Amino acid sequence: MKVVTIALNTYRESIRDKVLYGLVLFSIIFIGASRILKPLTIGEELKVTKDMGLASISFFGLLIAVFIGTRLLYEEIEKKTIYTIISKPLKRWQFLLGKYIGLLLVILTVVIIMTLWIYLVLWLTTRTFDVTLLLGIFYIFLELMVITAISLFFSTFSTPIMSGLITFMLYFTGHLTRDILIFAELTKSRIVTIISHIIYFILPNLSNFNIKGEIVHKVPLETAFLLYSLSYGILYTIFLLLLSVIIFQKRDF
Amino acid sequence: MISVKIEELTKIYKRLFGKALKAVDHLTLSIEEGEIFGFLGPNGAGKTTTLKMLTGLLYPTSGKAWILEKEIKEIEPKKKIGFLPEHPSFYQHLSARELLHFYGAIFGIENGKRKKKIESLFALVGLEDVADQRIHSYSKGMIQRIGIAQSLINDPELVILDEPLSGLDPIGRKDVKDILLSLREEGKTVFFSTHILPDVEKICDRVGILIDGKLVKVGSLNELLKEEIKTIDITLSEIDEQILSEVRSLSAECIVKDRKVFLTIDSTKKVEQIQRVICRSNCRIISIIPQLKTLEEYFSHLVTHKDNKNRK
Ligand SMILES: Nc1ncnc2c1ncn2[C@@H]1O[C@H](COP(=O)(O)OP(=O)(O)OP(=O)(O)O)[C@@H](O)[C@H]1O
Ligand SMILES: [Mg+2]
Repeated sequence: MKVVTIALNTYRESIRDKVLYGLVLFSIIFIGASRILKPLTIGEELKVTKDMGLASISFFGLLIAVFIGTRLLYEEIEKKTIYTIISKPLKRWQFLLGKYIGLLLVILTVVIIMTLWIYLVLWLTTRTFDVTLLLGIFYIFLELMVITAISLFFSTFSTPIMSGLITFMLYFTGHLTRDILIFAELTKSRIVTIISHIIYFILPNLSNFNIKGEIVHKVPLETAFLLYSLSYGILYTIFLLLLSVIIFQKRDF
Repeated sequence: MISVKIEELTKIYKRLFGKALKAVDHLTLSIEEGEIFGFLGPNGAGKTTTLKMLTGLLYPTSGKAWILEKEIKEIEPKKKIGFLPEHPSFYQHLSARELLHFYGAIFGIENGKRKKKIESLFALVGLEDVADQRIHSYSKGMIQRIGIAQSLINDPELVILDEPLSGLDPIGRKDVKDILLSLREEGKTVFFSTHILPDVEKICDRVGILIDGKLVKVGSLNELLKEEIKTIDITLSEIDEQILSEVRSLSAECIVKDRKVFLTIDSTKKVEQIQRVICRSNCRIISIIPQLKTLEEYFSHLVTHKDNKNRK
């Protein structure tokens, strides 16, 4: 119950934030504008709109997760609003989890709005309705869930700018982790292989969630892979949240 | 029952560079149920640090403390305390009413009960008219008032307030003092820090004086100040020249005005001598008033005393 109270308040805070409206508005214009890049054939147009749609959910979701996520705790501490909360009968993990869930709800809302908009644009332009797009969006959301947890984790001990930079860096390297393994195989060095495997294991393997290409080009996906990615996302998030709680638990305010 | 029990509580702030700072140094203190306890000390004495440890914002480096007989590291005692931090700050995106609902929900107070409580709190702190305005439009005094309201949302048995009188105009200070007194009336314990001394003198049952993280004095105000009777003022009626010169030689100060004699004496022994002198004449003693040191004087005396010791 206390987690829900914190989550709803966090949600309310973001929803009343003008920056969020700016981002959502911008993403909507962005998706709509994909129409302007008018391609040659009907089939192409469909693909471009889907592609742009998924990419913008991913991109704007990332922006929200990082910009709000890294400030989530920092501002509470900096502005001292946390004083009247931690002193109430509430465990610190409940506060942290509430904050996380609140932000996730914000992202979910934004993702839903963008999804509806994409479907509307698709319907207006091509009179098509493609359910499989939802699967792609679901995996984007999974990825955002992990990224939000990363932002929150760094913000338990670092400033928004630092956390933001690190999170963006992890986002980009997270899409390349497979390449690290391939690179290691090529070098044929034992040490490099071991180090690469450790890095591969620690870094979030975000390419697990990237099924945009398959969705847009209607390439079938293996259920085993989808299940693996799903459990990977959930476990990685839980792991990050646990670490965040451990650090947050020890903090003085 | 003992409301707050603090034993050997110590907080050391570690710094990245330079030496660590002992902000609270083996503090031992108990506060009885139902009293108003004033926690006094100059800037940087460690008052805020102590109160933050009691409310779970800081972890003590060593030592223990109990609130309502439960150790502070547990969550249980927090249900029965209210806390107003120093220079409080609240969610800017909420109205005062929404804010109190939020805090009430954290305590798990059921909605109907919460609404009633919030109404009565707005009446208590005088914020009825602005209850639905966003907090970002609030003045400092209004923030302090909403801060007091939130500290009472759970009907706490113990209210901990860090400088509740700061940032308030005289009317605001009087209002807050009246609230503190009414809390005692309801049987609640009030533990507050301040350095506005005249306020303490009027409302505290007991005070503790903290300097450099150490408790240097604790006791009722009368007790503390009794040790420190410095002068006695005596007023006499008309008096002839010879007696006057005798009396004058015994007193530290002697003023004759409006056919009255005002004397300031600096020891009780001399008072007796003066009384004997007066007996021989036909003049009257109008009044004898022992002058207690004001808390302010007492306080600055302690602080400078301590400074001198440190310098040695
Ligand atoms: N977070 C912190 N890190 C390091 N030192 C701190 C920290 N907070 C307080 N201090 C130091 O600890 C000492 C005690 O500070 P504290 O705020 O408890 O004093 P105070 O009695 O509340 O003073 P004031 O009357 O000014 O509010 C001061 O020397 C202060 O500089
Ligand atoms: Mg202070």
